[in-house]
Amino acid sequence: MSGVMKRMGMIFRAKANKALDRAEDPRETLDYSYQKQLELLQKVRRGVADVATSRKRLELQLNGLQQQSAKLEEQGRKALALGREDLAREALTRRSALQQQITDLETQHQTLQGEEEKLTLASQRLQAKVDAFRTKKETIKATYTAAQAQTKIGEAFSGISEEMGDVGLAIQRAEDKTAQMQARAGAIDELLASGALDDPSGMAKDDITAELERLSGGSDVELELQRMKAELAGGSGGQQAIEGGQGGQGGQAHQQRPQDQPRFDKR
Amino acid sequence: MIVRIMGEGQVRLADSHLDELNTLDDALLVELEKDDEAGFRRTLGALLEAVRRLGEPLPDDALEPSDLVLPAPDATISEVREMLREDGLIPG
Repeated sequence: MSGVMKRMGMIFRAKANKALDRAEDPRETLDYSYQKQLELLQKVRRGVADVATSRKRLELQLNGLQQQSAKLEEQGRKALALGREDLAREALTRRSALQQQITDLETQHQTLQGEEEKLTLASQRLQAKVDAFRTKKETIKATYTAAQAQTKIGEAFSGISEEMGDVGLAIQRAEDKTAQMQARAGAIDELLASGALDDPSGMAKDDITAELERLSGGSDVELELQRMKAELAGGSGGQQAIEGGQGGQGGQAHQQRPQDQPRFDKR
Repeated sequence: MIVRIMGEGQVRLADSHLDELNTLDDALLVELEKDDEAGFRRTLGALLEAVRRLGEPLPDDALEPSDLVLPAPDATISEVREMLREDGLIPG
């Protein structure tokens, strides 16, 4: 594979932090750190295993040398029993050389054992640290995810608040309009009451009243005219004339009605 | 093998799927070199989709080193090129 995947993988391993910075996701950095710690832990464990293997090998060597030493001692004892002091001396000399090797190996074994114990302890400590980091990492990741979610919620809320703002504005406008209308209505009432403004219905009433007044006023004039005519004519005829005049007036009223009627009809 | 999609996490993929992914990956590299933004976007989308489809997501607490890494879905051609070009591929 020579494509982007491989090269990205190489970048990731070689310069993880830089590459991850670009990804802008701290969770990946944490994951990567954790991976690195695990690798370190793995190395330490491998070291412990290597030391333990060396120790085992030394123990096997030691066993072999000790067996050889015991064998040479036995051979020396047998040689002496057979009266071969020279052979016994040879056996003991070889045994002595082996004993020196055994002492050296035992020293090495002790050193390795000490190393192994130290490494085991370090491995255990590192394991604990890695475990702690793992927990912390998951916490941080969860916190980051939560923060992301919170940001999204915040954004959503700001969206909602904008909408609510719009709604609020609409309500405000409606309230303003209502208040304005109420104020206007109040003002109109006051103006009407004061007479500064003509009430259209009031004006119509005035028309009727004026007409009726005009009509009744007209009747009075006619009556007066009839009375005067009767007085001039003299006697009871005047009274009749008045009565007739009343009838005539009725007739006049009847004659006037077609003229007036359209006015009422208009209303 | 473990494949990481940056910004998304890791998936476990069977090696048998590698040929299919390789074809897309090679095409992606060609488009990257040719500066074919539209082609790059299309192929990256297809590659990520294939990885998601063929792979099994790894749980957050089961972390393993990534064998392969893929750019984030919204990574631009210039970002990926910069990332690959950054001081070459020699560590350090």
